[in-house]
Amino acid sequence: MMWNFKQYTDSVAVISDQGECITYQQLDIATERLIENINERCLVFSLCTNSVGAVVGYTGFVNHNIVPLLLDSHLDFELLQYLIDIYKPSYLWMPESMTERFSGFDSIYSDFNYTLMKTNFDHKYPLFDELALLLTTSGSTGSPKLVRQSYKNIEANIKSIVEYLELDQTERPITTLPMNYTYGLSIVNSHLYVGATLLLTDKTLMEKRFWSFFKEREATSFGGVPYTYEMLDKLRFLRMGLVSLRTMTQAGGKLSPELHKKFAEYAKETGKHFIVMYGQTEATARMSYLPYEKSLEKCGSMGIAIPGGKFTLIDVDGKVITEPEVTGKLVYEGPNVTLGYAERGDDLIKGDECFGKLITGDIAKIDEEGYYYIVGRTKRFLKIFGNRVNLDEIERMIKAQFNNLDCASTGMDDKMYIFISCVDEFLETPVKKFLSDKTGLNPATFIVKQIEKIPKNESGKTLYLKLERYYE
Amino acid sequence: MTNLEKYINTFVETFKIEASETEDLEYQAIPAWDSVGHMTLIAALEETFDIMMDTEDIINFSSFEKGKEIMAKYDVEF
Repeated sequence: MMWNFKQYTDSVAVISDQGECITYQQLDIATERLIENINERCLVFSLCTNSVGAVVGYTGFVNHNIVPLLLDSHLDFELLQYLIDIYKPSYLWMPESMTERFSGFDSIYSDFNYTLMKTNFDHKYPLFDELALLLTTSGSTGSPKLVRQSYKNIEANIKSIVEYLELDQTERPITTLPMNYTYGLSIVNSHLYVGATLLLTDKTLMEKRFWSFFKEREATSFGGVPYTYEMLDKLRFLRMGLVSLRTMTQAGGKLSPELHKKFAEYAKETGKHFIVMYGQTEATARMSYLPYEKSLEKCGSMGIAIPGGKFTLIDVDGKVITEPEVTGKLVYEGPNVTLGYAERGDDLIKGDECFGKLITGDIAKIDEEGYYYIVGRTKRFLKIFGNRVNLDEIERMIKAQFNNLDCASTGMDDKMYIFISCVDEFLETPVKKFLSDKTGLNPATFIVKQIEKIPKNESGKTLYLKLERYYE
Repeated sequence: MTNLEKYINTFVETFKIEASETEDLEYQAIPAWDSVGHMTLIAALEETFDIMMDTEDIINFSSFEKGKEIMAKYDVEF
């Protein structure tokens, strides 16, 4: 079992903004009741919201050797159906309000406004014994590429996080990130492990009800992606006087040095902790943290490896870099490096393909005291509001939807440029709408520009650098 | 341009919608007005009317209509 709920019996496990207040004992009973309806190790799709039902499902499945794939409940329906077709889950666990969309499946159990539906696939893909959980690599594009996490991965990462964040039962983290997102999930995982109280809400920082819930239930911590911190800055967060707040963590992309400094100074002045971290779904969640005592001195750094982990930098010849200020490929080793990927149902039986070593895809350097700094990346993806979005995947989606069109997708974090060329029609607006609809991301994220021709080299590869002159 | 026209125009420009769509508009009613869009909208209103809004007013700004009441606090009259 991942979480021993019996250890904390009368402590409160979760409080929702709907007024629910559930103890560890009640959570334990709820998970047992749910699992009675599933009598075998199998695959379940769990459509997540930050709610009691979603937590009951997730913890129940993982604690009872049932493998969930966590998805955003707002995932585009067509993309969801595509994933169901590919992986053929035995069950779906979803908000009650969504069940009518799945007329072909039977509802067999409901609790906390969530419903378990049984599918009717003849074929079931076998599951590797150590496989605990599946998460998407790029949630919003509906790519079938999933990360396979083991029970050992999750437990190892929980233990590291509990140690370096010094978590205990008195913590009350409030959700600012979705549960199906690895960073948001790591907060759920680690806090339930120590018997703390989760404050669950789907409200955004821009809503009054988020802040009244925060104050009423005395939240002690939250996590945020760079965009969260930009919003907090806009909200004049530093003047909000949140007495109960102890810790702010940041991950999901590099925060601007100005904001890093601003929040680090605020934390120092008010006796709170501001902790910058770095991680990936491929490493379960976390790989590094910048100890709060160093947050000002090492501004812009992603810190040091978490307990149990190790970084190395590799140069172009494959040699280990030992001297400071030299950039190289960042490699991580630790027990939280996941088993590998799945791209289709047959991959779910695969064993460990990574052996505890992850090429992160980031370029980094180290300073004289051993603190790491990310300076670039080798892979073609952007971080959009903390979510990794694969640029090649975006191009594939557009080309599949629009005929007689060529496109190239590039840009910077939180701002994606899509260049299209099409002789017949003017397609900027339809492409923008298509991307926003499919990914659920704000339309302003996508800057679509129709140009005469996508620049390419002789072998037909897109010359992305030549597109930068169109940036605004 | 009157203040009302400027106010409507800020919504139109920020969310790329028609002026006729602004009147009943509420937070999260359209994809463009999510938390990301909200931040852009507030920044645009602050620039247009040369004001600096308080936290309370930013998080209370839940609809086009509610926003008008809030703007009045900053001496923006319609």
